[in-house]
Amino acid sequence: MAKRAAPEINAGSMADIAFLLLIFFLVTTTMDVDTGITRKLPPPVENEDEDIDVKDRNVLKVLINSHDRLLIDGKPGLVSDLKAKAMDFMSIHPGDEEYPEFDVKMNDELGMERDMSKGIISLKNDRGTSYEMYIKVQNELASAFNQMKDDLSMELFGLKYTQLIDKKKIKGINKAVPVRISEAEPEDIGGR
Amino acid sequence: MSRFKTKKSKGTAAINTSSLPDIIFMLLFFFMVTTVMREVSLKVKLKLPEATEIQKLERKSLVSYIYIGPPVKSALYGTNSRIQLNDTFATVDDIQEFVAKEREDRDEADRKFITTSLKIDGITKMGIVTDVKQELRKAGALKINYSTRKGLDKR
Repeated sequence: MAKRAAPEINAGSMADIAFLLLIFFLVTTTMDVDTGITRKLPPPVENEDEDIDVKDRNVLKVLINSHDRLLIDGKPGLVSDLKAKAMDFMSIHPGDEEYPEFDVKMNDELGMERDMSKGIISLKNDRGTSYEMYIKVQNELASAFNQMKDDLSMELFGLKYTQLIDKKKIKGINKAVPVRISEAEPEDIGGR
Repeated sequence: MSRFKTKKSKGTAAINTSSLPDIIFMLLFFFMVTTVMREVSLKVKLKLPEATEIQKLERKSLVSYIYIGPPVKSALYGTNSRIQLNDTFATVDDIQEFVAKEREDRDEADRKFITTSLKIDGITKMGIVTDVKQELRKAGALKINYSTRKGLDKR
């Protein structure tokens, strides 16, 4: 036992150590992708009394009461009807007094003039409305706007909106189909 | 012929495991890179509602979370939906401070990209959600995301 070469380090437990680390990371981290409906809140108003006057024909009122029932423009409706109603409301109907006004605006990104509807979808909910119903309604409205974007994109470029790559085209479509949803302050009628 | 046979008769050789640590390390690095640390332990039940028109949340480091739902320990805290910020229950009044703190934690250049993700249980009433939204408006955290699961398209 006088002289021998430096003994090899036993690497047999290396795998165990690595396993330990691996399991630690598996437990402490999350991999789920967060998905959801992104919305932008309006900035706080300084003057509470200030009410912006909008013509009645320009507003599609969507109300949800505390029993999760829907009222679309004064008539009881179903969530499944909402998308069609919203799309019909936001599309351009020249000479029809029932539909919102529109004016012609230049869209620089698309390089053309487009009729822009002045319509707004006003979403109002009760304090007792369930969040699930609210999301359903938001989802239907988002779906209506996405469908309109898709349609316009198909018409102009022959591609779906989600398939567009050109930033300018995406911006142009977004400008041509603005998501016009206004959320009113909730009313406390149905109790909490 | 016999020359070929003699080579095979050796008994089962031990499997070489010297590359096992490398494989495991590879897995380890994969998980380290693709995942993020879990930040809070949930104190509220969360059954997110389903939606079809969803967007992915990019850049998780710039997302701050607000959880609202019925407490897990319903015997202790009741069944009414509560707000959870970080690891504790909070009230609506704490939200502005929470937003300010979240902003403080991020780089100055990134502050305007902060998204507030609202993780809210489906049975929660809109009253509390609206209160939270009003507070967020006052605090200037205008970019929000209603966290939902991807639902099946029924049409």
